[in-house]
Amino acid sequence: MKKIIKYIIADILRSKIIIGYAVLLLMISLTVFNLQPSSGKGLLSLISIVLIIVPLISIIFSTIYIYNSREFIELMVSQPIKRKTIWLSFYMGISAAMSLAFVIGVGLPVMIYSCNAIGILLIIVGVLQTLTFISIAMLAAVYSKDKARGIGIGVLIWLYFSLIFDGFVLFLLFQFQDYQIDKLALILTGLNPIDISRILLLLKMDASALMGYTGAVFRASMGGQAGILTGIVDLLAWIGIPLWLSLRKFGKKDL
Amino acid sequence: MENLTKIVKPIILILSLLLCCYQPGMAGIIKVTASQPSFSIQQALNEAQPSDTVLIGPGQYKVADLQVNKPVSIIGEGLPVLDGQHTYQILSIHADNVKVSGLKLQHTGISSLRDIAAIKIYQGKEIVISDNIIEGAFFGIYLSKASRCLIENNQIIGQQQTDQRSGNGIHAWKSDQIRIIQNRISHHRDGIYFEFVTHSLIYKNLSQNNLRYGLHFMFSNNDLYIDNVFGQNNAGVSVMFSKYVTMIKNTFRDNWGDGCYGLFLKEITHCKIYGNKITGNTTGIAVEGANRMSIELNSFSENGWALKVDASCLMSRVNSNNFTRNSFDIVTNSSAVAGNFDHNYWDKYEGYDLNKDRTGDIAYHPVSLFSMIVANNPTTMVLFRSLMATLLDKIEKIIPEFTPVSLVDNHPLMQALPI
Amino acid sequence: MISIQQLTKTFGKLTALDQISTELPDSTCLALIGPNGSGKTTLAKSILGIVHPDKGQIIYKGKNIIGDFAFKSSIGYMPQIGRYPENMTIGQILDMIKDIRGEKHLDEDLSDAFSLNKLLHKTMRSLSGGTTQKVSAALAFLFDPEVLMLDEPTAGLDPVAQGILKEKILLEKSKGKLIVITSHILSELDDLVSAVLYMQEGKLLFNKTIEQLREQTGQVRLSSAIAQIMQSNPIS
Repeated sequence: MKKIIKYIIADILRSKIIIGYAVLLLMISLTVFNLQPSSGKGLLSLISIVLIIVPLISIIFSTIYIYNSREFIELMVSQPIKRKTIWLSFYMGISAAMSLAFVIGVGLPVMIYSCNAIGILLIIVGVLQTLTFISIAMLAAVYSKDKARGIGIGVLIWLYFSLIFDGFVLFLLFQFQDYQIDKLALILTGLNPIDISRILLLLKMDASALMGYTGAVFRASMGGQAGILTGIVDLLAWIGIPLWLSLRKFGKKDL
Repeated sequence: MENLTKIVKPIILILSLLLCCYQPGMAGIIKVTASQPSFSIQQALNEAQPSDTVLIGPGQYKVADLQVNKPVSIIGEGLPVLDGQHTYQILSIHADNVKVSGLKLQHTGISSLRDIAAIKIYQGKEIVISDNIIEGAFFGIYLSKASRCLIENNQIIGQQQTDQRSGNGIHAWKSDQIRIIQNRISHHRDGIYFEFVTHSLIYKNLSQNNLRYGLHFMFSNNDLYIDNVFGQNNAGVSVMFSKYVTMIKNTFRDNWGDGCYGLFLKEITHCKIYGNKITGNTTGIAVEGANRMSIELNSFSENGWALKVDASCLMSRVNSNNFTRNSFDIVTNSSAVAGNFDHNYWDKYEGYDLNKDRTGDIAYHPVSLFSMIVANNPTTMVLFRSLMATLLDKIEKIIPEFTPVSLVDNHPLMQALPI
Repeated sequence: MISIQQLTKTFGKLTALDQISTELPDSTCLALIGPNGSGKTTLAKSILGIVHPDKGQIIYKGKNIIGDFAFKSSIGYMPQIGRYPENMTIGQILDMIKDIRGEKHLDEDLSDAFSLNKLLHKTMRSLSGGTTQKVSAALAFLFDPEVLMLDEPTAGLDPVAQGILKEKILLEKSKGKLIVITSHILSELDDLVSAVLYMQEGKLLFNKTIEQLREQTGQVRLSSAIAQIMQSNPIS
């Protein structure tokens, strides 16, 4: 498996899109840190950008990469190697390359300008976001034969998690306004990897605002070490479950 | 505001000097020592003539409700300890012109029926209480119907108990012309509590880690508090049902948690809030019902909500303040808030200044739609800084529909003020 | 020898393979032909393990090889359209597949004949369609496999390269290997194939040696022979 991963990483790292992605992130990070008077505010702006751009690029790039590799994947399947190994190698290869691009584009500037607990958490969460959306992209790709449709589904998934889901949450929170809805809100956020990442980061940053208003349930559940751990476990589930489902499907799929 | 301080400072100095130097002539001295238990402090107080000094030597004294009925000075030498044995009040003052200084007072009784204090003034004037340490008292210093008193340089540490088992650090009721200067108060229910107190000054005190408010005003008019620090109190500072209270150059910081404020104002009129630093509070200043209030030259930073005003605020001015790094700058529950919000610096302002007059050319609406949604339904805070919330705010900026049109800064500053 | 028994595969309502049973003997160059949608690609992909048949067995050396990835070390596959990761070089592709197969014994006849060694540093993106096909062909023969599956092998190759590839195919057949060629272009197969497997609408029409066909039709050319069978056995 290592052999395939190595070659896939080498291939992706030479792709213009991935180089452009790293450069784009780097430019955004540097601009944000240089424009904002305090690194704290720079970090805050960066969080918003990371939570929008990283999922979008991750899901679209990996969907396209999988579709473009279709014939190559067929060739690999005709080689004496397990399908599971091929699929995992693709996942890990894409993940490693995209995470590297993220670490260069966002990680480096954060380490230079704002190397503290929040900065490190941002890097961890950004990498987890990358892994999550590649995992989701591979699930979408394995279920749809058509390339254009696959990319469309990818964009829709991104739109769903970044916007539509939150609209739905807003609607629910107003519908059940008269009840104790803290727990509902907490469960709902766990169902969206972008939301859980955002809250993980915000609890470290704008903690006062969150703590003051949403009350004890949130603080108890998400504040502190245990909360960070819960959030990270939730994100790991978001990586693991789609990947596992796609792996199962790929094992049985007619290419 | 600088001018105000310049005027106030000398007045305070002259007044405190006058009182400190006030020594009645021809006074006798009565000494009490710990090694001579046969001659108690109460006996000394009984024997003393008006204007005498009772000098208490170092050591431990177990006391029970010492009564001071004449104008004497009670001075500690080498910080004698007066212990109320967890049962009694320590000093009860029923006379004018009493001075209490250099004592350590500890372990008063705790009662749910009586307000037991380390030092309690029952109707008196010209009383000075200075340089004492009060530890583990139910109430620290209790003034009722007192006037022209000075409470200075005391250290008052409560017992870190529950609300019911803890009294206030400095408690004043129906008093007038009280000066509370440079005291350090912590771990009480309210650090300083004023009820029906008028024409009084609170200056350079540090009130922190109290169970409820760092400072609490009720029905107290024409008071001034300057240069105090209120930090990490459970609920911040509260000024209620009061008129003509002026608050200058204080620091309100780190009052975090549910229902916590830097400064909470309720039903007040003609109050002035100048040059304060409001930092790191869940809500910086919350106002419920204010008339002719002015908030000027303050710095609001790193608060969850910098300023919360409700619909019943009339004819108020919020001018020349800095709003930086707050999660939300202004929030209101109503779309009709009356007041003037001009000439503030908002770090969220994205306008430009083409005519170089140092104010932005387009007006700034500091209330965001999302902050109003949260004000209506607090749990929606889970969507804070989501794309959804950002989009709602942007759309609202373009087509204002819900946010108050009248709450606007027509001349937002481009640069922060040096506060 | 590959023995196919009762092989069935449906895609939704479409029956791509309908109970196919036949044998693909060694030392054979077999042409797998039929009109579009006849199921020939599905049959080839089933042997390659790219498609999972619903029913039936594919027996190789006494073992059912459906779902058996180890069997694929005995097989070489040349796809019709070779598309490789764009930024990999020819060298990396060769190395990668060598890494995966891990075989010491390499047959580099084709890559030598195509002079691929001079192009090792070229990225796949920069290659013409013909050169990509050469890489695919070289890869298929590289590990000296006992079974070769070639999908439209000559399409896109220049005449010289076509000649080289045909020679190589004949050489491997003479070594006793089974070579399955899927193609539309019957004229090209004339001098290559020794047997023909004809499929239509998911059914096996016939699997005959070239001698049998010639005998049956009296035609020398493969295309004419097939045409004659089609006319005498019209399938509506």
